[in-house]
Amino acid sequence: MSALGELGSLRRKKVAGQQPNRSGWTGKVKKKDNLSAYLFLTPWLLGLFLITIGPMLASLYLSFTDYNLIQAPKWIGLENFTRMLSDERLHNSLRVTFTYVFVSVPLQLAIALLLAVVLDRGVRGMAFYRSVFYLPSLLGSSVAIAVLWRQVFGTEGLFNQLLGLVGVDGKGWISDPSTALGTLVVLNVWTFGSPMVIFLAGLRQIPTMYYEAASVDGAGVLRRFFSITLPLLTPIIFFNLVLQIIHAFQSFTQAFVVSGGSGGPSDSTMFFTLYLYDRGFGNFDMGYASAMAWFLLVIIGVFTAANFFASKYWVFYDD
Amino acid sequence: MTTETIRSSVAARRTTGVSWARVRPVLIHVALAAAALVMLYPLIWMVVSSLRPGNEIFREPGILVKDLHIDNYRLGWNALAEPFTRYLLNSAAVVLGAIIGNLVSCSMAAYAFARLDFNGKKFWFAIMLVSIMLPIHVVIVPQYILFSQAGWINTFLPLVVPKLLATDAFFVFLMVQFIRGIPRELDEAARIDGCGRAGIFLRVILPLMTPALATTAIFTFIWTWNDFFSQLIYLTDPKMYTVPVALRSFVDATSSTNWGSMFAMSVVSLVPVFLAFLLGQRFLIKGIATTGIK
Repeated sequence: MSALGELGSLRRKKVAGQQPNRSGWTGKVKKKDNLSAYLFLTPWLLGLFLITIGPMLASLYLSFTDYNLIQAPKWIGLENFTRMLSDERLHNSLRVTFTYVFVSVPLQLAIALLLAVVLDRGVRGMAFYRSVFYLPSLLGSSVAIAVLWRQVFGTEGLFNQLLGLVGVDGKGWISDPSTALGTLVVLNVWTFGSPMVIFLAGLRQIPTMYYEAASVDGAGVLRRFFSITLPLLTPIIFFNLVLQIIHAFQSFTQAFVVSGGSGGPSDSTMFFTLYLYDRGFGNFDMGYASAMAWFLLVIIGVFTAANFFASKYWVFYDD
Repeated sequence: MTTETIRSSVAARRTTGVSWARVRPVLIHVALAAAALVMLYPLIWMVVSSLRPGNEIFREPGILVKDLHIDNYRLGWNALAEPFTRYLLNSAAVVLGAIIGNLVSCSMAAYAFARLDFNGKKFWFAIMLVSIMLPIHVVIVPQYILFSQAGWINTFLPLVVPKLLATDAFFVFLMVQFIRGIPRELDEAARIDGCGRAGIFLRVILPLMTPALATTAIFTFIWTWNDFFSQLIYLTDPKMYTVPVALRSFVDATSSTNWGSMFAMSVVSLVPVFLAFLLGQRFLIKGIATTGIK
């Protein structure tokens, strides 16, 4: 079961008020292992408090301060947040990020689903194709691929050379503010392999007898897809959607390297995370960067919550 | 309508039926092969271009290799302040530390969550699941302050110590899933033979969860090798650069005339990931299929 499913089932069990009374020792009288359990959890708990929760609280505090790493943080109340309201570059970075997330994630998932369905029908050499499609998602976040993208969509890049072969005149896709973000969308879509593998695993779970029964009743390929595959796959689609959205909101490397660290041309690839990096680690405006980070967390939280809420209306749980 | 025409139309339908059944898989293969080629073409082209004289990159969209031109590799290897060997070794050190850290700390936490019964288990488990989805940006500023006050900037400690503390909760979850599949009777048998919790963990669970450990090691390898954001922040001394940071400084330092050696070093940086993929794809695909996370 997936991490999200697991969270969901924790919640469902709580609603039903049933505590599974399972002990770590089969058939024995229930005995807690508190001491040994917390010993085994020590590294994780240390990490949770020192590396995660502590810094989270610290950044919450810093978001109400003016802090440049050298002088002590100065409490300025809500000033960082009011500044965000009037910061044009920040608004632009939000637009860029939202466009990126809401164009690239649906495209990526649609292609992943399409290929998963095709591969699931027992195509010969399925393992080979699966590997080929999966490989880019392992490489996609690397600096090397960003370097490659910079060349491929440059003025004299591979893409324009190929266009030239069919007689089309290209342009500098990365140097043109109207298309630069598009090249990053293409790059994200290119990494559809990992959601595809998750879809494939989900398709395996659908009992073949459903399809057999539908065939006997005369359902065609499309009908079987829309009446069986799609409804039964909705939990996995939902899961992929939540994860890919969370992931896309945090994209950094590709925009950073492709734009040479500037988010350019004219801020057209200035992701929210790039702007955050620029404020925090470019200008050492750590208070503002912390406020931005919390804002990002809230955005991601709101979208995840909205997703969970909306899922009641379209996700079908077969249990 | 004569019997003759009916018979021929039936025959015609039968032949089209047969040929469609034969043609369909062929069409699917053609479409899949075309898609695969489109996907891989930029990668193949990059490898081929790295073996061509520099300026041909801007003229030659094909992927046929005429003669091998390794100058790009020789030049690229020594184009930065340090030879590329240094960056490879730095990356290797970080990756090794991260793998050891994740294997030790995540397996311990996973054993507790999967097998032991303790107060607050559900609470901590829920926190662990949520922390998988936490964006790094909300903790990076204070983490940076913390590590810089500890004097850890330009060391590998900020990249390795968090792994020793199981902050990659994804792997805890992956291992929990795996341990749940190991029959509890084995724990029981070991207990009767006199094993304590630690003994069961070390002698029963760990040996049986090697596939999950392998998956963890391979994912950690690839993700740490590719990781850019934290390495960019914590490593500012060129001597301490890892491969991604070095590659990025290469992009910034060279004019566009040096694409050949930039491609060459990009290829060098991808080779370890590619090898990990080839050797470990069984574990990788199993890993994302069972946990559902990339």
